[in-house]
Amino acid sequence: MTAVFQREEWHAFSDAAALLAAAVCGTIGLIWAVAGKDPGIAFHGAVLLIGSAMAGVYLLDQLRGKARPPEETGYADGVIRAGVIATVLWGLAGFLVGDIIAWQLAFPALNLDLEWTTFGRLRPLHTSAVIFAFGGNALIASSFYVVQRTSRARLAGRWSPWFVFWGYQLFIVLAATGYLLGITQSKEYAEPEWYVDVWLTIVWVVYFLVFVGTLARRREPHIYVANWFYLAFIVTIAILHIINNLAVPVSLLGSKSYVIYSGVQDAMTQWWYGHNAVGFFLTAGFLGMMYYFVPKRAERPVYSYRLSIVHFWSLIFLYIWAGPHHLHYTALPDWAQTLGMTFSIMLWMPSWGGMINGLMTLSGAWDKLRTDPVIRMLVVAVAFYGMSTFEGPLMSIKSVNALSHYTNWTIGHVHSGALGWVAFITFGAIYCLVPWLWHRRSLYSQRLVEWHFWIATLGILLYITSMWVAGILQGLMWRAYDSLGFLEYSFVETVEAMHPFYIIRATGGLLFLLGALLMAYNVWRTIRGDEPVDAAEQPRIAAAPEFRPAPAE
Amino acid sequence: MDWSKHQILEKNSALLLIGILITVAIGGIVEIAPLFWLSSTIEKVEGMRPYTPLELAGRDIYIREGCYVCHSQMIRSLRDEVERYGHYSLAAESMYDHPFQWGSERQGPDLARVGGKYSDEWHVAHMHDPRSVVPESIMPGYPFLAKTELNYHDIAERLKTLRAVGVPYTDAMIQNAKADLERQLDPAAEGVKEFLKRYPKAQVRQFDGNPSYVSELDAVIAYLQMLGTLVDFAKFDAAGPNLR
Repeated sequence: MTAVFQREEWHAFSDAAALLAAAVCGTIGLIWAVAGKDPGIAFHGAVLLIGSAMAGVYLLDQLRGKARPPEETGYADGVIRAGVIATVLWGLAGFLVGDIIAWQLAFPALNLDLEWTTFGRLRPLHTSAVIFAFGGNALIASSFYVVQRTSRARLAGRWSPWFVFWGYQLFIVLAATGYLLGITQSKEYAEPEWYVDVWLTIVWVVYFLVFVGTLARRREPHIYVANWFYLAFIVTIAILHIINNLAVPVSLLGSKSYVIYSGVQDAMTQWWYGHNAVGFFLTAGFLGMMYYFVPKRAERPVYSYRLSIVHFWSLIFLYIWAGPHHLHYTALPDWAQTLGMTFSIMLWMPSWGGMINGLMTLSGAWDKLRTDPVIRMLVVAVAFYGMSTFEGPLMSIKSVNALSHYTNWTIGHVHSGALGWVAFITFGAIYCLVPWLWHRRSLYSQRLVEWHFWIATLGILLYITSMWVAGILQGLMWRAYDSLGFLEYSFVETVEAMHPFYIIRATGGLLFLLGALLMAYNVWRTIRGDEPVDAAEQPRIAAAPEFRPAPAE
Repeated sequence: MDWSKHQILEKNSALLLIGILITVAIGGIVEIAPLFWLSSTIEKVEGMRPYTPLELAGRDIYIREGCYVCHSQMIRSLRDEVERYGHYSLAAESMYDHPFQWGSERQGPDLARVGGKYSDEWHVAHMHDPRSVVPESIMPGYPFLAKTELNYHDIAERLKTLRAVGVPYTDAMIQNAKADLERQLDPAAEGVKEFLKRYPKAQVRQFDGNPSYVSELDAVIAYLQMLGTLVDFAKFDAAGPNLR
């Protein structure tokens, strides 16, 4: 290809394509803003129009040579820096909304009886903000970092990486404002309506092309194991997202659509999607993070190459089957329920294989757990991963699920994975990345990382223990019979019994949010380049590569 | 075992990609595809019909407000659930639900058979302020539903879209969609008889007690009051031809 086109011609082509894309998006936005059939899509049209106009103005400035041209050499780190900042900010937003709705369950007056602030609208805002905004930005940013370093190649694409970043933020804004306005298709973790789904598909395909394009130009013969997981995450999420969201809009000028599936088929498709949003977004993607940052921070090789291979292929093969465990004893046929349960139990093995591979990477470096709170965060994340991937198969057993399903036990289970695994591995990666990306000698404060670690851990423990007790209590009360053979409790008595646990849970969430605020402060001071308070106590690996002294060995 | 063979995949991103695609495709195909052609997946029952326009409008509001976040519509085949909520839910009962509303959590009770359990007046009070009728309730209040006029200018298009995805709405149902929506609120209206022929067992009355305009609350209560009321369980034989 390079023989056919000169570099300048490629640049001109990509500039023109970027401008055209901005013009097309702007036009669609304008049409919706003016002719949209409901206020929601008109508002979203205006958002799209403004976003496209800003992109267009920036591009035109570029072409006239006014603005700074994009970096051409070395690693493309600007987009990763933006991704790290977005991760921190969306994390704070997502944790905050989560804690607000936790207090709403304890004190319903906090719903304010306004349509935009009820639990029903805020809960998807919380789940999307933490999974897709916080988690998604962390995955995109870290995958861009890892794929460049392990391939020794610059990110593919001239504008594409930045399109992925800004396009993804636009997706988040459209989804989040949509929930508040009541625009939802009600499929859990896939609530955005058809046009937002189309937009995410476009962004995701470009993300896939950037990632694969970078792999294709790698200067290392091997594709590193972290990239296998990132690649599986990217392609599988694309498949899940597209198939689960197939819908027919009522009007191309309106926000409402109806999914093509109904009833039992829709339930199965949804939970095939839903459980693999866990399996591929919240597990495979973050395992990619683990396979880079744990060995990097510990300065030790991955424990076992063979275990990595077994872990990878068995995990992605088995996960896809686990969805029906969300539908035990429902109208889903028994054969599907049994398949889902069987594969969920088998899934325990690869999950723990991965945990062992992560933990044992610390062989010979366990002392770092005492001295480096960042690696402690990474390792505790892996430990929580092991715990929740043990709990998951347990809850997928039909007789256990009969008790746990529909109860707060599930909420506790999700959060031991989300707070303990996903968020902690992300915090660890952020603490690694910030000094490395901003060329600092260390973090601003390691002591603040210690505080973050302990406050957040306490928060998680309050959260999951209260939800275990609440969930099991709830399940037992629902099925309790009195001596005459009648149901012992009315439903509302079980609601009343939850109250103290909801307060404990919301307190735990508040602690978790406090910890994240400490992180945001620490990250901000590090980025600003303030004099670190405890540089001498930090390990050599905390410094950006150019400031690292030679290894002690 | 010769682990070095894995290098073939590790050194070729296209092969790795193809390997991943094949590996992740299998489970989904085996679990999802048969549900579309195994006839035992959905029982043969009597009484299921598409939602009336008013019920559908109410259902769309139920979705908009995220009610599914706290309320399931799926009674499991467990003794305590059947005693608490009624006959366990059949796949047939949600066959026209795009999307399904089975839910995943019970911060509030299951609603699969809530139809007819409470009076309209109870629902009006409950939606306005849940704690006025259930003091321990943690449900948000929805006072705005009664105050908001229902927007149903595109109700015929909504029926048409649902027909496109497989709901058996007839031409007559689509042509009469708007009028049928209004008819369901007024037992004295013209054409109620034909409406009831199109939608057997539909409940025709003023739901929110305020006849001056069609409110969102009318639609929501019409939807809630029909939930779980369609299938005739006297004629359903779980052990017979429906056994699966």
